[in-house]
Amino acid sequence: MANKIRVATTSLAGCFGCHMSFLDIDERMLQLAEAVEFDRSPITDIEHCTNCDIGLIEGGVCNSENVHVLREFRKNCKILVAVGACAINGGLPAMRNFIPLEECLNEAYLDGIGVENAQIPSDPELPLLLDKVRPIHEVVKIDYFLPGCPPSADVFWKFLTDLLDGREPSLPYELVHYD
Amino acid sequence: MSKTITIDGTNIPFEDGQTIMEAATAAGVYIPHLCHHPEYIPHGSCKLCTVKVNGRICSACTFPAMEGQDVLNNTKELTDDRRKITQMLFVEGNHFCPSCEKTGNCQLQAVAYHLNMLDDHFPLFYPNREVDASHADVMIDHNRCIFCTLCVRASQQKDGKNVFAISGRGINRHLIINSESGLLKDTDLDATDQAAHICPTGAILIKRTGYQVPIGERIYDHQEIDQVSLETEHLQHGE
Repeated sequence: MANKIRVATTSLAGCFGCHMSFLDIDERMLQLAEAVEFDRSPITDIEHCTNCDIGLIEGGVCNSENVHVLREFRKNCKILVAVGACAINGGLPAMRNFIPLEECLNEAYLDGIGVENAQIPSDPELPLLLDKVRPIHEVVKIDYFLPGCPPSADVFWKFLTDLLDGREPSLPYELVHYD
Repeated sequence: MSKTITIDGTNIPFEDGQTIMEAATAAGVYIPHLCHHPEYIPHGSCKLCTVKVNGRICSACTFPAMEGQDVLNNTKELTDDRRKITQMLFVEGNHFCPSCEKTGNCQLQAVAYHLNMLDDHFPLFYPNREVDASHADVMIDHNRCIFCTLCVRASQQKDGKNVFAISGRGINRHLIINSESGLLKDTDLDATDQAAHICPTGAILIKRTGYQVPIGERIYDHQEIDQVSLETEHLQHGE
């Protein structure tokens, strides 16, 4: 147990689709669990990560909390990995970058069809939105990138087994997809 | 005895008047490219076909083949340069592959796959660009334009029209439409025109055809662009 590789995962401005795809490694998860233990992750519900070997980040950065979480991961993970299109280039959430933030909020909370009790959420516990969604490599140093929307289960498997076996991770042509 | 150049140490025959790209293609050697098309006058703008000729950097699509040339093409240094060039093309536009109907058939994406480009490296520009869906059968998403001018050249050289042009310089460069309103609907562009089909990215699309072939079964989903390019461009040369 003591020598297991420690993995943390999180979803920032993502849809958890990459996490779902990771779970698609199916029964290989048992094999992975022999070599790996999960630290902070939606899989464990651990709230903060400490001394991890690998951090998998899904999603881009759209608010102040995303920035804090990303920095916590960078501080605590030896290897930080951008997982999926949103982490790599902002992805679907970044398509709001072409509309001023105020207009986005007005449309969602004030002027949109079917909005009742119209008000823009302003609870102090809510993280503030950034004016633009950014990819994570613009905020912290990223060591590896796994493209795809989502990356297939085989991408996760190839990448993690390469790392666990001490090889430099590489993806063959068939596993590199941006869609 | 035909004249030859060497590409990565292999003798490649050429005829006078051929570019390095033409000689390479005829001999079955792939040099990555986006703005080059065998049927059109070369433009030399995308710089993906950058090769080293006797130690000097040149664009293979515009540089004439000449006796005594020692060309480097498939080297780590050039592949790294080409990957950086491709990353710049990605960050300067808005290339969101998961929401683009050209995905899998896109040459920009396929070149990036070929170069094993896994990230964008540079900060993203997120430029604010328009979509022109005014035409009944063809749409233009300026977010995906890489200014290769293939549509400009196809319209002028094949279709006998003059629908497109590039305006502005540097970062302000953009594709313009030759009509008073600036909209595609007010041009004489037809969905059967070469110019409507030649875009290497998802910038010019034929409406209502985007998902006829499912994602996962498209050209570059299982075949690399070097094979596809050599097969199709060989055929075009043989015509």
